[in-house]
Amino acid sequence: MAQEILVAVLIVSLTSAALATLLAVSERFLSDYGQCRVLLNDEKEITVQGGKTLLSVLSDNKIFIPSACGGRGTCGLCKLKVQEGAGLLLPTEEPYLNQQERDSGVRLSCQVKVRNDLKIQIPEELFNIREFTCKCAEITDLTHDIKQFRFELVEPDKIDYIPGQYIQLLTPVYEKSSEEVYRAYSVSGDPADKNHIELIIRYVPGGICTTYCFKYLKVGDEVRFNGPYGQFRLTDTDSPVVFIAGGSGMAPIKCILHHMKNNGIKRTAVYYFGAKKVKDMFMQDLMKKFQDELPDFKFIPAVSSPDPDEKWDGQKGLVTEVVKRDLKNAAQHEAYLCGSPGLVDAAEKVLVELGLTEDKIFYDKFA
Amino acid sequence: MNISAEIWQAFVVCVAAIFTQNILLSYFLGLCPFIGVSREIKAAFGLGAAVIFVMVSTCMLNWLAYRYVLLPLNLHFFRFILFIVIIAAFVQFVEMVIDRFSPRLYQTLGVFLPLITVNCAILGASLFMVIRNYTFIVAVGYGLGSGIGWFVAIVAMAGIRQKLKNDRIPPGLQGAGITLIITGLMALAFIGFTGVLQGG
Repeated sequence: MAQEILVAVLIVSLTSAALATLLAVSERFLSDYGQCRVLLNDEKEITVQGGKTLLSVLSDNKIFIPSACGGRGTCGLCKLKVQEGAGLLLPTEEPYLNQQERDSGVRLSCQVKVRNDLKIQIPEELFNIREFTCKCAEITDLTHDIKQFRFELVEPDKIDYIPGQYIQLLTPVYEKSSEEVYRAYSVSGDPADKNHIELIIRYVPGGICTTYCFKYLKVGDEVRFNGPYGQFRLTDTDSPVVFIAGGSGMAPIKCILHHMKNNGIKRTAVYYFGAKKVKDMFMQDLMKKFQDELPDFKFIPAVSSPDPDEKWDGQKGLVTEVVKRDLKNAAQHEAYLCGSPGLVDAAEKVLVELGLTEDKIFYDKFA
Repeated sequence: MNISAEIWQAFVVCVAAIFTQNILLSYFLGLCPFIGVSREIKAAFGLGAAVIFVMVSTCMLNWLAYRYVLLPLNLHFFRFILFIVIIAAFVQFVEMVIDRFSPRLYQTLGVFLPLITVNCAILGASLFMVIRNYTFIVAVGYGLGSGIGWFVAIVAMAGIRQKLKNDRIPPGLQGAGITLIITGLMALAFIGFTGVLQGG
């Protein structure tokens, strides 16, 4: 009996070992693409060991390309322009690329393998993306379901971001989640304070990351994030600005207001902020302060359905209705929106009705 | 049994595996990639072709391993482990070879190989072939038939799903839900082949 078991185990181990050896040997010879050179934006060259995907090669070299699915080819975020050496477009990439992108050589970097020398284009700001370790410094209740989180950067201890950009916060493995997940949040703090970042997060019942932040994260805990990402930012023009936000959509707008104050930007600006109840309103004092400090800035909070016992003498109605009533003509404006997809869509519709063209409306939609 | 009789039996088993005993529609094996990759005919075609290739090759390899390693040593109860290891190693190996030598083949077939490394339809075909005591030639016919059967099912499903794109499907049933319902209807339709052949 014992002998039988021994033989069985031996045979299976031997077969597996033989197959593993075969694979290892063939990988050694077949997947050895030698040293490959990757030329970035016609200026920087990195030499890498061929055989891995472009995404992992770049992240090994500390160049982080946004990727929500972790390289499985299901999110379509890791797009890059590959000018030379990418090989044929794979069926796994096709669903994520439109005709124009295909023609200009855009590829999913998680699907492109580095087999030979490559020439690629990466948007300049992605070079800035790093992974940060930080410590939770402060948690402030803003409303019953929105909190502000302040993090002190540890390594690296400084961050440069463009006001309006977002970071991806890493939720570690904890009781409610067996895998690490990244979730995107706009930075809300003062960009002049390079040693800290602030996030405004709204609790989503059952959400992996928000549950972690609201129920588990304590002051002093260490967390990681990477970034900054995103194209949402104030333009360089002199056009009057209209901001429209709701809930935690406050974050990037607040950050842009800090930026305007820091840099003495004197543009005319009006900020419509919507909430359902009076108890959902927050940071009104801070916005009043901005109103006093910025030369031409107005904050207009709107409450859509105040409870009878709540005292509210500001604007009433949906924020989009208030915009329509108050702004009348938006043809010369630039609009910056942040909030739920529903709010962004409704606001865009109203602004177009008010004479604004779609290319003057900017937003990051977070589903 | 002489060779020509064996070839005839292999043919019968092959046709039976495509229609009357379709590995997907009557055993419901290999559903995961079937649902995941049946959105477009082109991708379904590539994946189906990869399944045919892998099924035929692994049926051969596993038959040899079973006959010449496991049976003589009286270790047939180890077939699960051994088969899955052989399948995984083989698929990995083939992917590496294709990746290296034929970018065009890699583009149409190679990218799908990792998806079916641990596919239960592949393992199922190898196990059925052993349970039913097929000879080598018949086993090859069975692998080919099962592969073609799976191929036919996924390409048909992709065709139906492309047609469905413009239809209004209740939100709760979109995606996997409606696919499973259609799979059930297809399975019912395939029952119609019963009695055409009594193979295997």
